[in-house]
Amino acid sequence: MPSAEHIIVTKNNGINVIEFNDRKILDELAIRELGEQLQDVAESQDGVRILLNFQNVEHLSSAALGMLITLDQRVKERKGALKLSNINPQIYEVFKITRLNKLFEIHESAARALGAF
Amino acid sequence: MTQPDSEHIRDDRYRAIRVKSTLEDAKLPEMEILADVRRHRFCEEAEFAIKLALEEAMTNAVKHGNCNDASKQITVYFFVDDERAEIIVCDEGCGFEPGGVPDPTENDRLTLPNGRGIMLMRAYMDEVEYRCNGREVCLVKLNKR
Repeated sequence: MPSAEHIIVTKNNGINVIEFNDRKILDELAIRELGEQLQDVAESQDGVRILLNFQNVEHLSSAALGMLITLDQRVKERKGALKLSNINPQIYEVFKITRLNKLFEIHESAARALGAF
Repeated sequence: MTQPDSEHIRDDRYRAIRVKSTLEDAKLPEMEILADVRRHRFCEEAEFAIKLALEEAMTNAVKHGNCNDASKQITVYFFVDDERAEIIVCDEGCGFEPGGVPDPTENDRLTLPNGRGIMLMRAYMDEVEYRCNGREVCLVKLNKR
C-alpha cells in the first residue's frame, strides 16, 4: 500500500523548505513513513539544506524526536544543514526537556531560519 | 491472560480496554480516554500531556514490554473525574527496572534516537509510577482548572 504524503517540499533559493501535513507526529507507523520521506530529501544531493517548518504541528512524541535525530545525522553525513522553525511553545518545551534544543538549530520563524543558512 | 497485580484496579471506577499488542491497535484506547478528559474539562495543556504520555506508554508496552509479540495483549485501566485522570497501562512482558534506564539528556546520549519516552512521561504527568516489576505503569494528571 503506498504511504500517505506526510510532507510538502518547496524550494527557496536551493533550500528545501518542508512543511508537515500531519498536525500530530505521534504514532510510530506514521513516523516511520514520514522518516522515509524526509530521508529521501536528505539524500537527494550532497550539501543538502533543509528547513523543517513546524507551523502546522501540534503534537510530537519521543519517536518523532528520534526520527529527527536520525535525519540530522543523515544530513550531516551529506555535509548539509538542517534547521527547524515555527515550533509552538508546547512542543518547544518537549525539545527543552530532552535538551534537544541544544542539538538542533531552532529559529522562531521560517524567514529567520532561511536567513541563517 | 496475565491478571493485573495492582489491587486497586479491581476498584469499579476503572474502565478497562484490552487491545492486541500492535502499534496500530495501541492507538485505540486514546479516543475513549481523551473523550472523558474533555468531558471533565481538563485544560488544553493537560490534554496535550495525557495524549503524549499515553502514546509513550503504549509504544513502550508494544515494543519493550511485549517485545513486538502480537499474540500478547495490552490492558489499559482508566478513570477520569473532575479532579484527576488516572491511566494504568499493563503489558504481558517480563518487566524491567525503571531506575536502570539511562538519562537521555547526558551529553553522550543526546544524539541517540531512542530512550526519551519515560522521561517525557515523567515531565508531563503529575505522577508516574511503575509497578509489578515494570509491567504496569500508572500515569496521573491532576485537573488544575
